[in-house]
Amino acid sequence: MSNEIFTLHVNGEARPVRDSWLGENLLDVLRDRLGLMGSKGACEQGECGSCSVLVDGHLVCSCLVMAASAVGQQVVTIEGVAPVGTPSDVQQAFVDAGAVQCGFCTPGLIMAVHDLLGRTPDPDDTEIREELAGNICRCTGYGRIIDAVQQVALARRADRSGS
Amino acid sequence: MSIIDRPTSTGPRHGALGTSPTRPDGVAKVQGTFEFSSDISADGCLFGATLRSPYPHARIVSIDLSAAWKIDGVQAIVTAEDVPGQLTYGLISQDQPVFASDVVRYVGEPVAALAADDPEVARRALDAIEVTYELLPALLDPELAINGQFDPIHPDGNVIRYQRIVHGDTDATGEIVVEGTYEIGMQDQAFLGLEAALAIPDPGGKGIEMHVATQWLHEDRKQIAACLGFKEEDVRLVLGGVGGAFGAREDISLQVHCSLLALRLGRPVRMAYSRAESFLGHVHRHPATIWMRHHANADGSIVKIESRMVFDGGAYASTSSAVLINAITLAQGPYRCANAVVDGWAVRTNHLPCGAMRGFGAVQACFAYESQMDKLAIACGVGPLDIRLLNAMTTGDVLITGQPVLNVAPVEECLRETDALPLPDEPVGGHARTDGSVDAMKLPGGAGRTADARDIVRGIGWGVSIKNLMYSESFDDYATARCRIESGPDGPTVFLKFATAEVGQGFVTLAPQIARSVLGIDRVELDQIDTQVGSAGSTSASRQTWMSGGAVNAACELVRSLIFEHVAAVYGCSAVDLFIDHTDVVDPTTGRRFDVAEACADVSFDETAVYRHPETSEIDENGQGNCHTAFAFVAHRAVVDVDPELGLVKVVQIATAQDVGVALNPLSVMGQIEGGIAQGLGMAVMEEIIQVDGVIRNGNFTDYLLPTFLDMPPVVATLIEQPDPLAPLGAKGVGEPPCISSTPAIVAAIRDALAQAGIDAPLNRVPVRPGDICL
Amino acid sequence: MPVLFPTTVDEATTALAAHPESMLLAGGTDAMVGINDGHHRPGATVISVNRIADLRSWRHDPGAGTLTVGAGVTYTELMDPSIAALVPALAEASRTVGSPQIRNAGTLGGNLGTSSPAGDGLPVLSALNAVVHLAAAGSTRDVDVNDFMVGVKRTALEPGEIITGVTVPVVDGWQGYAKVGVRNAMVIAVASTCVVVDRARHTVAVALGSVGPTILRCPEAESFLAARLDWDSLVASDADQAEFGRLVSAASQPITDHRSTADYRRHAVGVLARRLARRAGATS
Repeated sequence: MSNEIFTLHVNGEARPVRDSWLGENLLDVLRDRLGLMGSKGACEQGECGSCSVLVDGHLVCSCLVMAASAVGQQVVTIEGVAPVGTPSDVQQAFVDAGAVQCGFCTPGLIMAVHDLLGRTPDPDDTEIREELAGNICRCTGYGRIIDAVQQVALARRADRSGS
Repeated sequence: MSIIDRPTSTGPRHGALGTSPTRPDGVAKVQGTFEFSSDISADGCLFGATLRSPYPHARIVSIDLSAAWKIDGVQAIVTAEDVPGQLTYGLISQDQPVFASDVVRYVGEPVAALAADDPEVARRALDAIEVTYELLPALLDPELAINGQFDPIHPDGNVIRYQRIVHGDTDATGEIVVEGTYEIGMQDQAFLGLEAALAIPDPGGKGIEMHVATQWLHEDRKQIAACLGFKEEDVRLVLGGVGGAFGAREDISLQVHCSLLALRLGRPVRMAYSRAESFLGHVHRHPATIWMRHHANADGSIVKIESRMVFDGGAYASTSSAVLINAITLAQGPYRCANAVVDGWAVRTNHLPCGAMRGFGAVQACFAYESQMDKLAIACGVGPLDIRLLNAMTTGDVLITGQPVLNVAPVEECLRETDALPLPDEPVGGHARTDGSVDAMKLPGGAGRTADARDIVRGIGWGVSIKNLMYSESFDDYATARCRIESGPDGPTVFLKFATAEVGQGFVTLAPQIARSVLGIDRVELDQIDTQVGSAGSTSASRQTWMSGGAVNAACELVRSLIFEHVAAVYGCSAVDLFIDHTDVVDPTTGRRFDVAEACADVSFDETAVYRHPETSEIDENGQGNCHTAFAFVAHRAVVDVDPELGLVKVVQIATAQDVGVALNPLSVMGQIEGGIAQGLGMAVMEEIIQVDGVIRNGNFTDYLLPTFLDMPPVVATLIEQPDPLAPLGAKGVGEPPCISSTPAIVAAIRDALAQAGIDAPLNRVPVRPGDICL
Repeated sequence: MPVLFPTTVDEATTALAAHPESMLLAGGTDAMVGINDGHHRPGATVISVNRIADLRSWRHDPGAGTLTVGAGVTYTELMDPSIAALVPALAEASRTVGSPQIRNAGTLGGNLGTSSPAGDGLPVLSALNAVVHLAAAGSTRDVDVNDFMVGVKRTALEPGEIITGVTVPVVDGWQGYAKVGVRNAMVIAVASTCVVVDRARHTVAVALGSVGPTILRCPEAESFLAARLDWDSLVASDADQAEFGRLVSAASQPITDHRSTADYRRHAVGVLARRLARRAGATS
């Protein structure tokens, strides 16, 4: 067990990491060392997307990132999306659209949707499905989630056109 | 209180029954602050890990813990000899050891558990435990369990249950006879929230508190207490956030192991499974082989059904007995049938233990009978919809157990309403772009670009099913709820307390809706879900809306009576005629209204109610008896694009009309429908646990495939709302029906597509694999 | 933490020479799966190659008619229109990889370094006869990709070497990639095929994934179609397309495992090859 310290930049803050080991993945470091429990692990293989975070602006599975290799990069987790109690438009849309059941996949999906809409503001149904195909949900069957994404896209479009 | 002037309202107010208020834990879940059981820890807690058998059947010769003990950071190691109470557990029969002691009976069976300072040390220590096994022949063929040609692999024998059904005239025959043998593979519940628990021993070690994700707190408590040698009241369970269940949490998994370690050390212990371990650590859907023969008249009306069903229950009994009964008693499907002979076995093998999964036996039976109905349709020259309409059951018709279906049974309406839903307006591959190309993502094969639109054929298929709600065979099925009103500076708040496991289905949303409707008070809070109130029964069998909903309703009605007495006393009117309309108490004799919140400004009421459904009976040696409580029905129509040469499929649309009684929260109902259909789709085309020689080969999400956004189509749904007079709120359970007939509908659509391409592929097995279609 | 972050290839090869037991880490989409389930440990040192700018870029040389792609270019970047215009099959293959999360991290170099017969970019590189660029401390060498991939997850990489990139020709003609998986997204290839029709050289290349210990070429099928194609329209007759498919099936060496059967895989690559040949003629 190595006690070496390295520092990760998470949600805009420098966070020292102690008591990690060389191969430990970023998800486990976020949860078990830094107390950021919002990202979830469900497969250990990057197949489910529950652990999705942004590293230097790219959506990745944190369970496949070696934590010690993320030194010097900007990590954004679900905790960094919006302050507690004031959900983002994507988060609120999920609640309003009935897109949350057990909620285990939800943080990863929120990250993926923010990333998707940041790159593709007006995705059609197929684009939404392809861009979110890395996030598995076992409860909802995806219908209400797609509805939530379309609601946000619609609202943001209305905002942009000033209506 | 003041008399207010407000007209009688029309329609429920937002937040009451019939509306879709958002779930109270929704914001926490989207922000990542909601605590799942894997997020819970305690200061100074240790980490538990489980050692599991690598063999399907072996004698344990010796267990050497010495090397493990030498590892720095290992704090406790327990085996079978450390179990202080009952050595075995189980939901129906207690046949499953906490730890294997003399024999291991499946790959993954727990042999030991240990606690260490951190998960890495725990993992290394597990590797250091040396177990010497003597391999035994494995019983892997269910037929050998039935014909007695294999020595018992368990003292209880190799047949968990055998049951026959004989109904009507067994010699009856029909002009048209169709038969087939159908196979259903082992599906996994694959909930995302992996198994996890935190056990905190009481100082003095005479009791324990456990935070765990489960489906039935009180049943877990009963089994844990028995194995620990504790009284039940000394085992306190608190529901940790549950990341889905679908039946996999009905049996206990890590509960006793975690408790034993915590008690041994006098310190909190956490345990959490990885995905690979989870595949071994919980029960699965029973694989089954079902032979069926239908006799019918020339017009397609069913005369007799014969069936032989074999369910592979794996190494331990779990709920196999009840799963089998569901399957055989529902063998006729939602159809009238006067004559039947059905034989069913649930057997023990050295395969992974099987138990509850959403649908619980009805899934397997439905694939068989719906495949049969399509065969019958072809043999009679009748269309698939018409054959189902012709035979459709209705209220009052009788099952092959002799039980009349007393519920609303709108089978014909389900079929007609589904048929009325529009077919997809996009052709194969979607509307062509201006350059004539189509989007590959809309074709089977997706991004793999395996086909062009010309290679694809579209098919349509039907499925319709019946599901029993709640528990059967005279099980004492009940739920408890407590309702109290407390005053505060901002007015009264209703507090609801129940042990109903919220696994994502939305009971925490529904319960406050009930209170708002019954009591007329909008501010409702939920107390912690734990064993400090009576049992709510299991979150399974599509029962909680009916049962826990019934209990919350009853508790609120008790409190409402107290409110009426209070209002009557203060105002001097009769309590008897008062009723609640929105947020008012109304006195119909005078037409006067009082604001409920005002009326309750200084009160404090507290009532607990237990709700029981009407009794059911057992079935006799001929399978006759009113063993089920209630029934729900649903129809599915699947549109599937098929690549006949490569055997790849894309489900394009699922249309459904479901018998829901009353949609108490329409958005939640839709969520259950879509989620259940996704699981039905998985069963149809991609999900199967593959075991070779008793060893799981695909215990991970790379190779156990769950439907993604690109596999799941849009769902168009009609809710058939005919309030059920037997249900406390008029509402039927909605969780299971969606995953039952969606599977055969999809397979039927594939067969239809292939038939159009001139290919006759029987597709008698689910999940359908590409080679089944094209080779 | 013993993680080294070289910013140039020289720094990386020097570090590797100094720590021969170290693990090279790019996207981690393969390596971390093995570490997470306890099958591998990273050893004493990890050399992260993600900060080497030269590995994260690609360069088109119009004079030589080639595209050189750095080993650290991700699958998302390989879908960039500028690459898709030059090497469309590579972009097509990249789109089939995993999910956006996997594509944002997984690299072509990683795919090559792992050399699984199911690696999505590998049939494309093979069919294009890509040149793999390797570097060690003080030396470089180039290896034909078909000589680089020697067996199941085995390569010709020597100790001290890292993959720095690949160079592929920009082909005048047609190319396409197709991959079979049981569901419509996020699948490990059960069978995959890349066909490259080179109008300038009148050659056809067919490379198969997941049907042998490594990526397979199909010389008989290639010369058959090359002799039958109309080199203006790139059209082959239906009968020739069918025979092409049969020859491709015959060249495959599939096994049966939990993902699929040998019979299905053999059948599938033949169908894919036939359809790709049809597509070659359809789009010209």
